[in-house]
Amino acid sequence: MEFLRPGCWEEALAAKAEHPAAVPLAGGTDVMVEINLGHRRPGHLLDLGRIGELSEWEVGEREVRLGACVPYARIVGELGRELPALALASRAVASPQIRNRGGVGGNLGTASPAGDAHPALLAAGAEVEVESVRGARRIPIDEFYTGVKRNALRPDELIKRVHVVRATGPQQFSKVGTRNAMVIAVCSFGLALHPGSRTVRTGIGSAAPTPRRAAEAEAFLAGALAEAGLWESRRAVPPSVAKRFAALAAGACSPIDDVRGTAGHRRHAVGVMARRTFLWAWEAYRNGAEGAA
Amino acid sequence: MGTWTPTAAGLVPAGLTQSAARGGIGESVRRPDGALKVTGAFAYSSDLWHRDMLWGRILRSPHAHARILAVDVSAALALPGVHAVLTHDDLPAAQKTYGLELADTPVLADGVVRHHGEPVALVAADHPETARRAAELIRVDYRELPVVTDEASATAPGAVVLHPDRDDRHAYRAPHPNVLHRQPIVRGDVAAAARRADVVVTGDYEFGMQDQAFLGPESGLAVPAADGGVDLYVATQWLHSDLRQIAPVLGLPEEKVRMTLAGVGGAFGGREDLSMQIHACLLALRTGRPVKIVYSREESFLGHAHRHPARLHYEHGATRDGRLTHVRCRIVLDGGAYASSTAAVVGNAASLGIGPYRVEDVEIEAIGLYTNNPPCGAMRGFGAVQACFAYEAQMDRLAAGLGMDPVELRRINAMRQGDLMPTGQRVDSPAPVAELLRRVRDMPLPPPLDTEDPDIRDLPGGLANTSHGEGIVRGIGYAVGIKNVGFSEGFDDYSTARVRLEVVDGEPVAMVHTAMAEVGQGGVTVHAQIARTELGVEQVTVHPADTQVGSAGSTSASRQTYMTGGAVKNTCGAVRERVFAAGRRRFGGDRPAWGGAGLRLDGGKVVTADGEVLATLAEVLEGEEPIDLELEFRHRPTEPFDPVTGQGFGHVQYSFAAHRAVVDVDVELGLVKVVELACAQDVGRALNPLSVVGQIQGGTVQGLGIALMEEIRVDPATARVLNPSFTDYLVPTVLDAPAVPVDLLELADPHAPYGLRGVGEAPTLSSTPAVLAAVRQATGKALTRVPVRPEHIVD
Amino acid sequence: MMRVGFTVNGVRRTADGVWEGESLLYVLRERMGLPGSKNACEQGECGSCTVRLDGVPVCACLIAAGQAQDREVRTVEGLAEGGEPASVQRAFLDAGAVQCGFCTPGLLVAADELLERDTAPSDADIREALSGNLCRCTGYEKIMDAVRLAAARRREAV
Repeated sequence: MEFLRPGCWEEALAAKAEHPAAVPLAGGTDVMVEINLGHRRPGHLLDLGRIGELSEWEVGEREVRLGACVPYARIVGELGRELPALALASRAVASPQIRNRGGVGGNLGTASPAGDAHPALLAAGAEVEVESVRGARRIPIDEFYTGVKRNALRPDELIKRVHVVRATGPQQFSKVGTRNAMVIAVCSFGLALHPGSRTVRTGIGSAAPTPRRAAEAEAFLAGALAEAGLWESRRAVPPSVAKRFAALAAGACSPIDDVRGTAGHRRHAVGVMARRTFLWAWEAYRNGAEGAA
Repeated sequence: MGTWTPTAAGLVPAGLTQSAARGGIGESVRRPDGALKVTGAFAYSSDLWHRDMLWGRILRSPHAHARILAVDVSAALALPGVHAVLTHDDLPAAQKTYGLELADTPVLADGVVRHHGEPVALVAADHPETARRAAELIRVDYRELPVVTDEASATAPGAVVLHPDRDDRHAYRAPHPNVLHRQPIVRGDVAAAARRADVVVTGDYEFGMQDQAFLGPESGLAVPAADGGVDLYVATQWLHSDLRQIAPVLGLPEEKVRMTLAGVGGAFGGREDLSMQIHACLLALRTGRPVKIVYSREESFLGHAHRHPARLHYEHGATRDGRLTHVRCRIVLDGGAYASSTAAVVGNAASLGIGPYRVEDVEIEAIGLYTNNPPCGAMRGFGAVQACFAYEAQMDRLAAGLGMDPVELRRINAMRQGDLMPTGQRVDSPAPVAELLRRVRDMPLPPPLDTEDPDIRDLPGGLANTSHGEGIVRGIGYAVGIKNVGFSEGFDDYSTARVRLEVVDGEPVAMVHTAMAEVGQGGVTVHAQIARTELGVEQVTVHPADTQVGSAGSTSASRQTYMTGGAVKNTCGAVRERVFAAGRRRFGGDRPAWGGAGLRLDGGKVVTADGEVLATLAEVLEGEEPIDLELEFRHRPTEPFDPVTGQGFGHVQYSFAAHRAVVDVDVELGLVKVVELACAQDVGRALNPLSVVGQIQGGTVQGLGIALMEEIRVDPATARVLNPSFTDYLVPTVLDAPAVPVDLLELADPHAPYGLRGVGEAPTLSSTPAVLAAVRQATGKALTRVPVRPEHIVD
Repeated sequence: MMRVGFTVNGVRRTADGVWEGESLLYVLRERMGLPGSKNACEQGECGSCTVRLDGVPVCACLIAAGQAQDREVRTVEGLAEGGEPASVQRAFLDAGAVQCGFCTPGLLVAADELLERDTAPSDADIREALSGNLCRCTGYEKIMDAVRLAAARRREAV
């Protein structure tokens, strides 16, 4: 095994081009587990820890440019206003120690359906900026997840940052686990109201082979809200609308039974979380809030 | 234990010396090992290091049942840095199996593996990674065999028999060779009593496989010695039991296997069986180099015996006024592939199977199975835990059937001193069952949930932000339990203590030397307290535990303060008599008071019953040889349970605890937050109240764990363990742990040293059913299985 | 194999012959004679190996040794002040928060960091800060007592 320590981004891209099988190492919260447990013996470890720009974020007019290695703890502490769903999800990640090391780049690189960041990114809207020596490209988050623990990265590419749409309305995130802290999601749900475009976006975690949106539920809700003029009136949403939205969100799942939960409970819980997160967000919207409820 | 100095002769642990003007029994003395533990200097078994040390590794079976057709170690041996690879064929002695009770466990698999994770081969190498790669290079050809995984499959016609040539002492009573042990208990006339019942309730319950999940992984260091023997430094619960099992398979006499207790990172029963002890010794003896083995967490989950999962069927009857008429029950415990302590667990489950209640007419049957599931053995509560979960659920069910308050039903039927157990044993010390229930019921309730502005960290789901107050229902539940203390059924249970008293630089100092395994429970603290109380000295050194002194028995069964504490008290008493004799010899001629009764040692002086100081210890012992005595201590004898009726004076002592659980349940998502678990327990006498409360709180939260989240999941089709990691075997975090207010009752047991009662296990019993009762109240669900999973609450 | 050097508890240390897959935890425990940080799961699920890396609490088992190069590491061995136990260490002893003690080093490092940034944490704050540290012996009650005690003593001392 060889330990590669690029001092800058260009060196990292060159190293990845030379050793496409090299495993990028950032917070280590996935990769080191696999090494400690003997599940993985890469020929090269590519330490991204010395590339300062990966740990920086910047708020633009429309989006937040979030470095792949900005740890979750900093997202919680520094970006709660701009990225409320992601900040809520970040606070639910594993433990304080992990939140001090892990970042969104790792979640995206691993692309586990249980990664906590995914539903929030799907709900907010995001693009993943990846780069290789051949050039850079931005992959829409909806096209990023291609299978169980598979993503749209090419072998020579590295994740540089994520461009996450700044919140213009309330956002929420919930996750069901069988412990009250330090638990991998049985399933999770992210939701963002986008009052500007009169849309609602969602993200479902750990209830399908990949993180995914509940497209039909989103469309239904956008229609129902528009039809009744609720975006403008900011009146309460009829219970039937929330109920239907929940049912459609549950219907968007294709969960499995595993050691962490049953398919049936996952589907049910996604429905409950969809209803609750929507009602929290709508309540915040009614009260004029722009950030998280 | 303590700090270690590597020397040419091996590792030399230091004793723990503590000096305190006060600090006798009854005081919350600080731990003598505490300063080392908070500075990182305390040497746990995984911390040991030796020059030229090699790393040992164990290759384990990926299959739960398979024949081994061939093993090829040549590629592993050829790897640079590998010093030895051993298989069953390399075992040096005729004895190739071991076991706590029955020697049915192969040191290395002998042609067949019977459970997932069974050790097959050993490697010693210069680095853990080299050892891991070498283990991967060992080629084992398996032919998989069918598995038996429960009572039905294990006793079906044509079922594979795990141990076909059994000749153990339980075999003649077993209805099937895959039934390791069966214990019936029959008293009175159940059929007649059942006819008097106005209400009868039945229930089927299931208890999942819990793991001890101690944090310090199994580990130790074996150092080959010049005399052909080996020095073994290891974390265990019972040094002498290990020694008895280790020496024969090494082909060494016991005196050539010198064991010293290394720092133990928790135990809870999981270190009663051997783990890496023999393997490290074999590798050390083969290579001539010190060998360290440290289990990974996965290996720890695969490599030690768990708590028996159980299926339990109960029938309770009562008259309309709430008096129990009868109880019938059948308890099936899955012992897995090897015996471990299953037979004793069966005896406990049976004899404690109806709980702390007065019932004249009882029929109980408990059996322990051999299956291809992971071996199960000792864990805190030992057979009584599974039964308590079921009989307390039944008491609530019966209360509902009678339209009676569940606490009142328990009070009406609560056992009292002088009552008979189903085994016919008279309970001859306080049994304050009703009083404990009254106390937990009368404790102030926690405030209701703040639904206006709740902190998500106080809610079910916690940081995962699943509720802001909606869907949450509070529930309250009660439970009480009974646990035996000490080893039962006629076992010759004893402990040994060596105490040395001498004057150093004009000060009297005591040294206490036992083989007691300090696993965190605080025995070392209590031993120093006892020595201070009995010998009237300030400075006490607790000698490292090793096999150079007689056996202390196991740190289990809530027995160590009773047994080794009792042994220390007993030996101190004999030392004290020597002091008085020396004083009489020196000064008795001048002072007739030396001949009087009631002399005691206090504050470094010999004092008469009237408080007159006769001499200082320094004056008495000056110029004398140190007084140094080693004595054994026994509790009163017990007897085996009758094989047919289960009658017999089987248990030394009983302990009782009651819990009240308050829970908030998100009934839509099935998530639970335990708000409070109040406990009242009779401890006889709290020798160290701070430690006693710590034991009760810790046991209580382990009970919460099995109620709500902890379970080793085994695939019923393959008998493979599905979740051998802390990622998927969930133990409670601090955000899951409730407030645990504790009310100590101290009613002396006249048979026990200082009147004390073993405390460690009872709180683990009643915690689980109390949580379940509270969740049932909140949800209205029957919930007959633990751990409760969200889908059980929601579906 | 490689050489790794970093500062531990204020002292510059190096280790040679480090396998590239080794964790910081292994280097501390097996190569630098600092076994105070504990090895209980090696997958970031127990917190027993908690150390501070450039001041931030992390699981040493998930830091590749090479990632610690030239950084500042503080372990439980570095908590004591001038040979005297730190206030948080004393509080753990006084409150009875130590039983087997295997979780203690990680908890101490995490609690110390919490109290450094928050002198009056609420119970919920303490629980959140310590939620990555498993303890199997105490049921956490005495650990909560210890952190409350250490916080109170720190406030009194100011």
